[in-house]
This record gives sequence, structure tokens and C-alpha cells, in this order.
Amino acid sequence: MIYKSLKEICEMALEGQIPFWKVIQRDDCTERNVEESESFEQMRAMYRAMKHADEAYTGTRKSTSGMVGGDGKRLEQYVAEGKAMSGPFVGKVMERAVKMAESNACMRRIVAAPTAGSCGVLPAVLLTYADQIDADEDKIVEALYTAAGIGQIIAHRASISGASGGCQAEIGSASAMAAGALVHLQGGSNEEICSGVAISLKSLLGLTCDPIGGLVEVPCVKRNVIGAVNAVTAADMVMAGVVSVIPADEVIDVMGEIGNEMPKKYKETAEGGLATTPTAMEIAKKIPH
Amino acid sequence: MNIFDIVGPVMVGPSSSHTAGAVRIGFVSRKLLGEPVKSVRLLLYGSFLATGKGHGTDRALVAGLLGMQPDDERVPFAFEEAKKAGMEFEFGEANLKEAHPNSVVLLMTGESGKKLEVIGASLGGGRMKICQIDGMEANFCAEYPTLIVQNLDKPGCVATVTTMLSDRGINIATLQLYRGSRGGDAVMVVECDREVPYGAICWLRNQTGIKRVTYYSMEQEF
Repeated sequence: MIYKSLKEICEMALEGQIPFWKVIQRDDCTERNVEESESFEQMRAMYRAMKHADEAYTGTRKSTSGMVGGDGKRLEQYVAEGKAMSGPFVGKVMERAVKMAESNACMRRIVAAPTAGSCGVLPAVLLTYADQIDADEDKIVEALYTAAGIGQIIAHRASISGASGGCQAEIGSASAMAAGALVHLQGGSNEEICSGVAISLKSLLGLTCDPIGGLVEVPCVKRNVIGAVNAVTAADMVMAGVVSVIPADEVIDVMGEIGNEMPKKYKETAEGGLATTPTAMEIAKKIPH
Repeated sequence: MNIFDIVGPVMVGPSSSHTAGAVRIGFVSRKLLGEPVKSVRLLLYGSFLATGKGHGTDRALVAGLLGMQPDDERVPFAFEEAKKAGMEFEFGEANLKEAHPNSVVLLMTGESGKKLEVIGASLGGGRMKICQIDGMEANFCAEYPTLIVQNLDKPGCVATVTTMLSDRGINIATLQLYRGSRGGDAVMVVECDREVPYGAICWLRNQTGIKRVTYYSMEQEF
């Protein structure tokens, strides 16, 4: 990986007179010794796998513990009836985020982005964007490169694992990747992509990873919604001209710092937070071992 | 991390470490055995033991041992698939010291009666490593064609292996050496940039000082 910060990606884009996503694609080609077309088709396959996973959702399967399954269907109906206060776009984003995260919990096929636990965030915004705003698949694939590059920087400077950085490192990172992707799709500049990352990630700093029974179910599935919706609002803020006071790279570093300082009981150990509430303890007793 | 570690892998949920990584451990172990698995004891350790069932780790390992990959939609039904394939399996607890928290010991018996013991660990993000094979240090991630050579700790054994590779124009990506005691048994783990031909492996098995050769191929089934 030739770049170590979002600022460097912006500088390389400016220097080479190429878009943000192209810097990331070219680096991939160098790193893995592949042609640009091969890299692009591989990324397209990731998008299609997301699409397929969304379409394959049935709402009929339950997770091993029985805590998760079927909420995506409830949301689908509610949104289809035009009842969602948040409107058709955000309504659909919410529905898709739950569906994908439920599919993951119920052992269906998903695309980890950046992790399995946060797999609902990116597809929720990208598939809904394609549905309702612009269906040009190549553009969505470019947006996925943008997202992947943002994820690389976060993984390098901070973390994308709940066990080392808490949920902010999973849902927070996914949200930042999705916000950057949306700004790209809306025609924002490279600096605006970074602003989208900064605004979205700032809003999720400090989020703990405290799942019931240590399983990727509660609260993980519903947290995918806040990650996805937060990306939409961050991108909208940016496109309206709102600028993040703290630059994205500094926000990412702070996320890493908070993750390091976060007590172990809030980092995927099921030893604190929601996982040790009286209700969670009762549920955990019944989970098969 | 490359971009497809960030956007990807395509996998059956719910956890890249407890599910996808576990499928990979099973898949690679089956290939190391070199034939279909007839029966297997799976001894879980650490977090695999504590939360494995809820994460489907048990089904994931069995799926891999049946030859499935992490994105195979039959993974959740691996127990039924094992029954169909006539593969027997049994779970237990592993007694390991200082092992990675997501570890498993696989005691496999193949269709020919061949036995192999593998210790695997899931490292996160769907990546895994094989830590030991039949008690020998192995320590490889199965991302390259890999030779695991057990030899006598005496001069010339490393040269035998590296010369064989160099004669065939095969570049070495990484090379690890271990030994139990001076003059005793030693192990070489060689990750290669391309496949080592079957004939070369047979030749190696017959060389002085070479006690055993195990090969992990990225290509053929067995």
C-alpha cells in the first residue's frame, strides 16, 4: 500500500490528475500484480455478490440463538406501505441494512465490508442509491474502490476489528467507507470525500462492542442501520457545503486511540455493556454451548 | 491489507474469524490429509470452544473437511452433508498450552485408513494458519503452495530442498526452519511462488536425511 493517509490519496490524485478511486485501483494493480480490468471485474463481483445477497433474503431463517431473523421482512412491508417517517430512501437503506446483517447472523452468504458484523452498511446505501438515484454499475464499482481505500487507511492507522477497537472500528469504519462512497457518487470533490469520512466517523466514536453471548446478533444487526443512515446524512451534509472542522486522518487516529484505551470488557468479550445486562445474562444462559 | 480484505471476502456468516476462518482450516486440513475424510475428532480451544456453537464454528469446520469453501451456502447444513457423505465426526475440548485463542485440533482418518493430526488457528478476517501437523511445527497460511519437510538435523538437507526447487525454476517466497534438538528432527516450511510438480515431491521423499514430505497445493483437489 503506497499511501498511509487520506491526505496522501488526495495528493496522489491531484498529482496524477486522476480520480480518488483510481489511485486505489492502481495501487491494487501494483500490489497484486494484476491488470486494471481484472481488478475492476473483481470489484464488480463484490458488488454483485452484495446485490445477490440482498435479493436472496427471505426472512424465514433464524440465527442459532434464535434472537435474530425476520425483522427485515417487517421493515420491507412497512416501507412498502409508505409509512416510514424517514422517507423512501432512508427507509429502504434501513430495511436493507437489517436484511443483510440478519442474513449474516443466519449463516447466509454476505460480503464482509469491512467485517461480517458490519456487512449491512455499504450494500444498504449502494443498492438503494442504484435503485433510486443512479443505476450506472461502473460508477457504483468506482464508489466501492473509494470505500475500500478509506477502509485500508482506517485499518492501517486505527483498526477495523471489534476485538481491538470496539464497535466504532466495525460499524464506525463501515459508515465512514459508505459516506465516502456516497459523496463520490454525488460528484463531490476528493476533499469532500474526506469530509464525509470525518463527519460520519466522528458521530460514532466511542461505540462499544458488547454483543449478547459474544454472538454477532444483538445489538450488531440493528447497529448496521445507524451506520448506514449516518453515512447518508454525513454525505448530505457534505454536499450541502458543510465541512468537518477536524480532518479525516485525525479523526481516524482518534478512533484508534479511543479503541486502545477502551476497557477490554467493551471489546467483543461479552464481559460488559449490553452483554452483561440482566436480560442479556438470562438470554446467554440459554444459548447452546 | 489489500482492498479485497476490506471489501470481501464473500462468505457465509456470521463471523469471519469463527465461521469463514474455520471453514478454511477444515478445507486446508482435508487437503493435507490428501484424501476424503472418513472420520474426524475435532477438539476446540479458547473462543472456538466458548462461542463456537453460536457462531456455527462446528458446522464450518465440518463443511471445510467436506471440501467446501467459506462462501458455500451449504455450510450451515454441513452436519447433514457429512451424513450424506458418510463422514463421521465428534467434538471435544482441546488441552493446549499457549495456543491462539481461536484454535482447533483435528484428528483425521482418511478413507484409506491414513491418519493425520492438524492444529489450526483462525487469525481474523477469514485468514487462518496451520500451526502443527502431527506434532511438527508448520506455521503457514495456505496462501501459497507450501512444502513441509521433516528431516534429520544434519548438513545438506536444506540444500537438497532448495536445489530441487532452484533446478525447477521455482522461487521461494518464505522459508522457515525449526529443530527440536541438535542432530535430532528438524522441520522446514517452504512457501513457493508456484506449484511443485508431483514427481519432484516423490524424488524428495527418497533423499537421504528427508523423513517426511507434506505438500499443500493451491490447485488440485488431492
